[in-house]
Amino acid sequence: MAFDETKHDYKVIGTRPVRPDGIDKVTGRALYGADLSAPGMLTAAILRSPHAHAKIVKIDTSKAEAMAGVKAVVTSRDFGLPEDQDLRDTQDNCMARDKVLYDGHAVAAVAAINAQVAKAALKAIEVEYEKLPHVIDVDDAMKGDAPLVLEGRALETVPEGWSQNVTNYCEFGHGDLDDGFARADLIVERSFKTGATHQGYIEPHACLASMGPDGRGELWCCTQGQYMVREVCAGIMEIEASQLKVTPSEIGGGFGGKTTVFIEPVALALSRKAGRPVKLVMTREEVFRASGPTIHSSTDVKIGMTKDGTITAARADLRYSGGCYPNGTCEMGAQAAFAPYDLKAVRTYGWNALTNRPKEISYRAPGAPTAIYAVESVVDEMCQKLGLDPVDVRLKNAADKGTKSSYGVTFEDIGLKATLEAAKAHPHYTAPLGPNQGRGLSCGFWFNFGGNASVTLSVNTDGTVNVTEGNPDIGGSRASISMIAAEELGIGYDRVRTIVADTTSIGHSDTTDGSRVTFTVGLATIKAARDAKTKMCARAAALWGIDPEAVEWVDGAAQPSGPNAGKFPPMSLAEIAAVSFQTGGPIAGHHESNADGAGVSFGVHLCDIEVDPETGASKVVRYTVFQDAGKAIHPDYVEGQLQGGAVQGIGWALNEEYIYGEDGILQNPGFLDYRVPVASDLPPIDTVILEVPNPGHPYGVRGVGETSIVPPLAAIANAMSRGAGVRLTQLPMSPPRVLSALMAKG
Amino acid sequence: MKSIPVSTTVNGDAVDFVCAPGETLLDALRNRLSLTGAKEGCGTGDCGACSVTLNGRLVCSCLVLAAEAEGAEVGTVEGMADHDKLHVLQQSFLDHAALQCGICTPGILVASKALLEENPEPTDEEVRYWLAGNLCRCTGYDKIVRAVQDAAAKMRSA
Repeated sequence: MAFDETKHDYKVIGTRPVRPDGIDKVTGRALYGADLSAPGMLTAAILRSPHAHAKIVKIDTSKAEAMAGVKAVVTSRDFGLPEDQDLRDTQDNCMARDKVLYDGHAVAAVAAINAQVAKAALKAIEVEYEKLPHVIDVDDAMKGDAPLVLEGRALETVPEGWSQNVTNYCEFGHGDLDDGFARADLIVERSFKTGATHQGYIEPHACLASMGPDGRGELWCCTQGQYMVREVCAGIMEIEASQLKVTPSEIGGGFGGKTTVFIEPVALALSRKAGRPVKLVMTREEVFRASGPTIHSSTDVKIGMTKDGTITAARADLRYSGGCYPNGTCEMGAQAAFAPYDLKAVRTYGWNALTNRPKEISYRAPGAPTAIYAVESVVDEMCQKLGLDPVDVRLKNAADKGTKSSYGVTFEDIGLKATLEAAKAHPHYTAPLGPNQGRGLSCGFWFNFGGNASVTLSVNTDGTVNVTEGNPDIGGSRASISMIAAEELGIGYDRVRTIVADTTSIGHSDTTDGSRVTFTVGLATIKAARDAKTKMCARAAALWGIDPEAVEWVDGAAQPSGPNAGKFPPMSLAEIAAVSFQTGGPIAGHHESNADGAGVSFGVHLCDIEVDPETGASKVVRYTVFQDAGKAIHPDYVEGQLQGGAVQGIGWALNEEYIYGEDGILQNPGFLDYRVPVASDLPPIDTVILEVPNPGHPYGVRGVGETSIVPPLAAIANAMSRGAGVRLTQLPMSPPRVLSALMAKG
Repeated sequence: MKSIPVSTTVNGDAVDFVCAPGETLLDALRNRLSLTGAKEGCGTGDCGACSVTLNGRLVCSCLVLAAEAEGAEVGTVEGMADHDKLHVLQQSFLDHAALQCGICTPGILVASKALLEENPEPTDEEVRYWLAGNLCRCTGYDKIVRAVQDAAAKMRSA
């Protein structure tokens, strides 16, 4: 659906109404994954591997099963063997089959009359392990003599001669690299490493499952995609999708981490075996040990530049590990790495290697932050070496409309230059810095996605409207969808109520990910509203006895489209709705489709940090985000996405990482030792929203959720280099690392 | 082990429950009294999602034994609004879009109310340090600090 050049007079879009789920969330009434209970409910708990890598020789559950109050125990023996390899990996991640692949891998689960009995029963389960050698670091895992996590899982694209741990390989780019580097005045080549981080949602995974022996089940859970949960769980449980009703609870944060299942099939299996509802809630330690962290990475970047700042050639080699199963995130990193640049010669190579870590799951712009961190660090170093302004160099090389991107697509209208120019013109860019302070910037990018969505828009007889959609609301999307419906229909925001439905109440919608919901569900809502308007115009036409084609919808009412159509006073939505039962029955608009045209997203972050030379501790003292939103439907929630992503990126840059011991055991599975940013760590996060319309949406909307986590890593590293004189090539830039770099510099 | 009977006051209402000796106040509130506003984000006192007041003092209810509530006054997010009238802080969080997923919001509201009772005119830095025990992963805290400050100003002029 193309951008509508003529529409500028929005009445609802761009305003800041209170979100429809707001009152429930400030009063404690909103129900999240762990908040629902059912009559006769049991409480479940999972036994997890204490080893990084081990063969399961024997599991004896008999003592646990004999305990008073224990109603069911399951192990991998209670699950089938799905033909689909991805589904099998997901199932095996929920319950280890032959061997455990990481510290925290589930091996058995218990449902009991209460949590105390369930925990005691876990201790009565006897598991005999045969420890195997493990590998934790991606570079180690790629070596020929590395312990093998899984065998025979390399895709056909992987060249011969690598360790079997290498499962995925990809390359992107165009042009003559040798020629490009030959034309450069300066070539810089650097290697970078980044730690794995966790999405860190405050709500642990939780579900309430109820399943009968007849193969019918119900599941209440916190997820980013109830249809995904349904397909995966129905597949694992070997039941029909129609027989499993999945209701998404309010979701206490996801950031990509709730786009798969970790516990839901286990709860369903326990419920089927026990014949009673089962609640299963992860502890925080389980969340860290056994739910989706990001990839960790090792990246080489080589860039050639002329003295005037023109990039002549660029190459990146990205080695990612998505943990213990094959993983394609390296492809997104390899595509995103140079996306902000218009390059004649560019090549990126991506690898994934298996390690004895939990199975990676998406985290906000998966693959992009670490890739762009490496690239933007090298670009900044070159600007410093050549004495060039970092914004000017980026503007000189910036991707623009018509640029053939490094990953192949040719960009349409994009907002990169607009964000760079806004950054340069902003007072922050030239504000004086204090002692030990430095200023850095970085570009960011995300693809954005469209995909499947179903929307029903019901016109009630009292003139109000219900929008039913299928995408869990993780950042205020119900407000945006209501606003879009109100705008299209020409009625007030307060006349619309949007709800996120269970899997039986509306057709399939893809998972809430890829910054897709406001774009895709919004687009489906526009089309559903237009469908309803066509129907309402037809009702008015019938009442007036004129041709439906001769009626148009203007300012929330049907009216004759011209003097020849006849002279009738406009009929409002409420008036048409009030008589709908007499004019043909209930009125609803629908739309089900697979949307494309999502429109890529660019942003620029500007960051000042202060480094304490005595301790190596750094503090962000000023931060400004510039991002192209295409069109901000609800600016508060666009700002919220920009601020939240920036702060997650700040955490990634400065503190957050999975720390493993020599034994392959995760050493910091808790918020005390895995330290996410707290309020006192941070300054205000200022935001500047640019609106360069996406040509693929009638209002120009682009997704905004993910780009904002991409720039902070390099922005902070660049600020540190300029403020403290040390260039850190490993994340996080924790105080000990910074201090040792400062001491090495002398 | 024998259960312990507890008589306490929650949001002004006298309530009785029995609990296991090792049971947390958070579990008792959620599972025995059906007050699910306080959330368990970590169970170790690091995230603040379970913040409540105990005899006026801000605590992590996951670190308090349920039995310790005997004879005490417990305040939770469910007690902040006066019937259908929201507390100034609750309204301010809505007006400033200071929540996204909302899972940390009950704890942050309870903590903010405790702050403003002790310090009606905090600086931004004081707000940030007071709320440093309440993790929010969605907002980056910017809009939360603004919402607390706006509520503080309104409460001072009320």
